[in-house]
Amino acid sequence: MKIQANLKYANSDEWVAVDGKIATLGISDYAQGQLSDVVFVEVNASVGEIVKKNTTVATIESVKAAADVISPISGKVVAVNEPLSNTPELVNSDPFGGAWLLKIEMSEPAELNNLMDAKAYEKYCSDRSH
Amino acid sequence: MTEPTIYELSSPGRIGVSYPLPDVPLSDLPVSLLREDLPLPELSESDVVRHFTALSSLNYSLDTGLYPLGSCTMKYNPKINEETARLPGFAHTHPFQPENTIQGNLALIFQLQEFLKEIGGFASVCLEPAAGAQGELVGVMIIRAYHRSRKEFQRVKMLIPDSAHGTNPASSAMSGFEVVPVPSDVNGNVDLTALKSLCDATVAGLMLTNPNTLGLFDQNVLEVIKIVHEAGGLVYGDGANLNALLGIARPGDLGIDVMHFNLHKTFSTPHGGGGPGSGPVGVAKHLLDFLPTPLVKIVEEGTEDLPPLYGFSRPKHTIGRVKAFYGQFGMFVRAFTYIRMHGSDGLKKVSEYAVLNANYLLSKLKDTYVLPYKRMCMHEFVLEGCWADAPGIHALDVAKRLMDYRFHPPTNYFPLIVHEALMIEPTETESIQTLDRFADAMLKIAEEAHTQPELLKEAPHNTPVSRLDEIKAAKDLVLCCWIPEDN
Amino acid sequence: MFTPHTQAETEAMLKAVGVERLADLFNDVPKQYRFPKLDLPEAITEMEALTELKEYASANETVDSLACFLGAGAYNHYIPAAVDSLLRRSEFYTAYTPYQPEISQGTLQSVFEFQSLIANLTGMEVANASHYDGATATAEAGVMAYHNFRGKRSKILVSEAIHPQYHEVLCSYLCGFEDIHIESGSSKQDPLAVPDSMIPQIDADTALVLVQYPDFFGRVFDLTELARKTHEAGALLGVIANPTALGLFKTPGEFGADIVIGEGQPLGIPLSFGGPYLGIFATRKDFARKISGRLVGETTDGQGRKGYVLTLTAREQHIRREKATSNICTNQGLMALAATIYLSLLGKQGFKQVASLCYQKAHYAAKKLNALKGFKVVSTTPFFHEFILKCPRPVSEINDMLLNQGFLGGYDLQRDFPVLKNQMLVAVTEMNTKDEIDALAETLAEVPND
Repeated sequence: MKIQANLKYANSDEWVAVDGKIATLGISDYAQGQLSDVVFVEVNASVGEIVKKNTTVATIESVKAAADVISPISGKVVAVNEPLSNTPELVNSDPFGGAWLLKIEMSEPAELNNLMDAKAYEKYCSDRSH
Repeated sequence: MTEPTIYELSSPGRIGVSYPLPDVPLSDLPVSLLREDLPLPELSESDVVRHFTALSSLNYSLDTGLYPLGSCTMKYNPKINEETARLPGFAHTHPFQPENTIQGNLALIFQLQEFLKEIGGFASVCLEPAAGAQGELVGVMIIRAYHRSRKEFQRVKMLIPDSAHGTNPASSAMSGFEVVPVPSDVNGNVDLTALKSLCDATVAGLMLTNPNTLGLFDQNVLEVIKIVHEAGGLVYGDGANLNALLGIARPGDLGIDVMHFNLHKTFSTPHGGGGPGSGPVGVAKHLLDFLPTPLVKIVEEGTEDLPPLYGFSRPKHTIGRVKAFYGQFGMFVRAFTYIRMHGSDGLKKVSEYAVLNANYLLSKLKDTYVLPYKRMCMHEFVLEGCWADAPGIHALDVAKRLMDYRFHPPTNYFPLIVHEALMIEPTETESIQTLDRFADAMLKIAEEAHTQPELLKEAPHNTPVSRLDEIKAAKDLVLCCWIPEDN
Repeated sequence: MFTPHTQAETEAMLKAVGVERLADLFNDVPKQYRFPKLDLPEAITEMEALTELKEYASANETVDSLACFLGAGAYNHYIPAAVDSLLRRSEFYTAYTPYQPEISQGTLQSVFEFQSLIANLTGMEVANASHYDGATATAEAGVMAYHNFRGKRSKILVSEAIHPQYHEVLCSYLCGFEDIHIESGSSKQDPLAVPDSMIPQIDADTALVLVQYPDFFGRVFDLTELARKTHEAGALLGVIANPTALGLFKTPGEFGADIVIGEGQPLGIPLSFGGPYLGIFATRKDFARKISGRLVGETTDGQGRKGYVLTLTAREQHIRREKATSNICTNQGLMALAATIYLSLLGKQGFKQVASLCYQKAHYAAKKLNALKGFKVVSTTPFFHEFILKCPRPVSEINDMLLNQGFLGGYDLQRDFPVLKNQMLVAVTEMNTKDEIDALAETLAEVPND
């Protein structure tokens, strides 16, 4: 299972990359492994939309499962990875890079404190897969 | 060998069934509203018959062999049912005919309502819902209507055990409820402590499948129902597993407030490759007024010389109509026939043997497969389809290999609370010889899993097609075999 | 009785299980409720059951003995013999849902063919494997439209000229929610208002505009303008279509429908007192993931052979659970097969013939009945195979009289539309001969029309 050290993680398996006020969201390698072959990605939020923490911002579907991506942070959507819907398999092959879902301009940066760092997330994942 | 599609078999100008020429003087057609092209295939009757006959030969079916599908109750479909349902006196009646011309249909509906009331222990039954899932939706809607009628608008939660069939949470969500899962305990019963802590004035009810999807009768069922009732909630019973309870216990007696029946499971109506089913709903007295409309009632009592006069009734606070007309009438005739041929003793025998068959199979498999719940089962049981010392083998592989032994696999990956679940329900119509053959196949496969795993991983080998690329299907999304040019 | 066990076998099995008697299998059932005696009539044998069911059946009159001019959502069409002959193959009707595709290619391919036929018939791109009936398919269209806008649009605008029962079912499914409301396109005072009269009510809050084609009263309208205005407002257009009419008339897809739903009973399915019937659901490819119900897709197996599987199952209840597109599980599989066989047997030419016969006979009947003193055909717009006949007396009286003369009269519209006083919805299909129609006219001519 891959972990990227400089990211923050939610216990629902979303990762957040922070660059100033902008947070980029995606799902972790653990999550894509659970889903297996992803066939469809849809980001539900559009550029300019205000999203609140704990709302669904995207849906990712594989042959055997469908998962909601829940934003752990609030703010305004400033970018959506449109081309990803044409290459959903990127979620499996490059979950931390090419398969970023959307970028949010954070309205409450303090929400980041609710997330885990890489080490904590790694332990969390290994505790789950007993 | 692939069978071409009807479009591929089509030959322009070929005629199948033809009709008489118009015997009336012709009227003009509204030219601007006519379609230009009708992209239907052109086949002869013989083409069509050969094509569908060939397709049928690619299917496994209940008349071919055992379907040990847990929670599906794949029992033998009596052929007499097909005769009675097709009687022209039933099949050629229009749903809007005047009531005095369809007294036979109304009498049958009324009787079936009464039979199901008696079997389930309910005050009233509505036959209208088209399938189990719709019956569940109706049940949940009834619970909602009941609480709203008492101004208890705060009851927004529906408790659902983690072993429940997916239609349970789906139906609850469709009714606007928040779904709250309830865990099971180590014995496979609803966790009483958890249940108690979840039951408060915001809970509308609990959806309970009993026996549950582990095939286990909840050892605390009365307590479970009591806890929910004491918190002011109602208990919905999922009747999918009723095959274990006919003449054994009546859900209504246990305290279930509303329940759906599956005529295509318990009452032998055929599965049809995916329906039609039929999901009547039974309710306790306090929910009578909320049933869907219409029901059939006796309008005038019969006399010595005359039968009763039947008509429709509309429950006082009905949740409304959930389907056009009256329900899956053709399935009512089949279920009615089945119940008449069994009577009370016959139905009890059905459940006794359904449970005996399941326990017998269990006894033959429990030493070779991991059995998560070591209790006497009811009409079905769950095994794990994997072994610690057979790495890489999943329940899916066991299932696929069973097809090489000419059996339909059991239910896979359900219930969710068992790892690599295989849910097995033989039903009462299977003989000991069939059960022994199935058990032998399962034991052989278990051995193969350890000694020749590739036989499982690459299974099935003896079927018309081998494992299909489901990823390609979902990505390419080819759902049609003829796309009109202008799209 | 279908349990095969002999006494000896039962004993052997009890021994293997480790109990003495069958009753010992049920110790988990609370004692006070165990083994209730069910008050059901004594069991009868197959022979006796057939006799008894025949008694029930003969207490009905049927469209075999009565000349049927009744439609209103269920139609008396001819079903070619090959349909039932194939449907009775037990490899089809005793098969289960095709979750194991390797041994269900028969079912899967026939469903794929059904999807194709329906998509082509309706002028849409994608169709599902069926819903319960036209009414529930309509309700599911409402649910789908609502979810499409993620709750941001709350209005479903419904023409008053759709089947009243479909309207009721739509309401049963959706009326209880705060953020959805169903608005009628006209009022009950004006059920015959044309579809375009709904246009002023289409706004930015409209999720779905729902019309029927032909409408409940049999009328066929050009939906181009309605579609245009609907899309201008960003809403979806749902069209409830009669499949037989589509043998002749422009498809809803051509007009710009987003969702096409309907009742497939006319396609080779017997009247059967209202069920089992067949819900049709078709839409554009963009919406494929939002559809409820099963979908079959084409793919290949390990050897590169073409095969079919259930696909996009992640949307469905068994995986998505409370977030599923719908709760539907069992649908109307065997009825979809009936429709597939029917359409294959009739084909391009036969299906057009049936539609034409329905049209021609209905128009002949309308002319004849309109000519009767005291009667008037209300429809002035093009119609397919149903029309409104205004009668000089209440429809219930007329139908009683017709029944005595061996006719099943049309649907009493006053039941659902009080303002349509003494008006009957007459349906004519290829099953009605000219002689029958003439006889109907002669019989109605006897009605006092003061």
